[in-house]
Amino acid sequence: MKMENQIKHHLSDDILMGYAAGTLPEAFNLMVAAHISLCDTCRARAESYDAVGGSVLDGSSESASPMNSGSFAATMTLIAGGELKPSKPVRTEDSILPGPLQDYVGGSLSDVKWRSVGMGVQQAILPTSKAASARLLYIPAGAAMPDHGHHGTEMTMVLQGAFYDDDEYFARGDVDLANADLHHTPVADIHEDCICLAVSDAPLRFDGLLPKIAQRFARI
Amino acid sequence: MNSKNEKRMLWVSQMVRIRDHHDQAAFAELFDHFAPRVKGFLIKSGADASLAEECAQEVMATCWHKAKMFDPTRASVATWIFTIARNRRIDILRKERRPEPEELTWGPQEEPDQAEVMVIQQESDLLKTAIDQLPKAQQELIQKAYFGDLTHSEIAEQTGLPLGTIKSRIRLALERLRHAMK
Repeated sequence: MKMENQIKHHLSDDILMGYAAGTLPEAFNLMVAAHISLCDTCRARAESYDAVGGSVLDGSSESASPMNSGSFAATMTLIAGGELKPSKPVRTEDSILPGPLQDYVGGSLSDVKWRSVGMGVQQAILPTSKAASARLLYIPAGAAMPDHGHHGTEMTMVLQGAFYDDDEYFARGDVDLANADLHHTPVADIHEDCICLAVSDAPLRFDGLLPKIAQRFARI
Repeated sequence: MNSKNEKRMLWVSQMVRIRDHHDQAAFAELFDHFAPRVKGFLIKSGADASLAEECAQEVMATCWHKAKMFDPTRASVATWIFTIARNRRIDILRKERRPEPEELTWGPQEEPDQAEVMVIQQESDLLKTAIDQLPKAQQELIQKAYFGDLTHSEIAEQTGLPLGTIKSRIRLALERLRHAMK
């Protein structure tokens, strides 16, 4: 996938460290994996947090636990049996969906099963564990995003088009981070329909997804 | 070069021997050092001893099979093994899949520049030293963060780590890889 060199809004350190430590809910991992696919800056940051993990593992002689006798031979037998790995889903060249999202959609953008949530806005919930949710949003050019309230941490990444949030502009690869205490109403750029990945660790509230203010307005 | 760094470079060369010659003696040395640590890591994360033993073996077998995927210009062997163990932990303890970013499809170079390899191994060493010099209480929190005991908000308080220049070194390695592809 082509790298996006214009990314201005990156993932936060706590998210990247959580990804490296393996403590994030699946939906957040998906956001990180999708963003890193487009952003070498955050890939390098994530890998440096991996290095912290490597350092901790390397220095963990106190918590190390002796392997059973015959363990090495058993491992060599395991190796002789061939590589045990689940068949990886095939990823294709898709100018919108990075590989990790293709895995969750089960194909490319044309395979996304959109459902209308009103006012031309559509969404597709992706199959992740329930600790957090991930969905794709389709917002017509110039439309406001559905007001869905913020109860936890929410991250929204642009995949196609762009949106404004307050005075900030978010284009492909940019991540908009919102916390519970933050009120915002992102508005899609007028030039193109906007497709986003949104993840949240608050429970999904379907009723709240209907846009309260059904207004479309152009923004130039 | 200090002895810790010699050790890192030695592990890198053992990975190359495993990759190129299926060298069991080289693998045995890696196994002796890392398998008990991986097992301890899994136990700390909540696996019982027999599950941890089984998974530590699987993690080490994966190191063998995926030896060609190891890129010594981007990570130390310890870091690489940590990521394999971490992913296995998510798989067995949470029964979740872990979304992985798109790999740099052209993969690691077969004969990476030794100076680049050296620099990342040295950076790993500096990082380890920096962490070792933190107050004991903070070191314990970092270990807890990585061994699966901290919540997200607790982790958020631990992000001011002395990462030094490792980030920019990895970034450079990524740039070189992308450049090499063109």
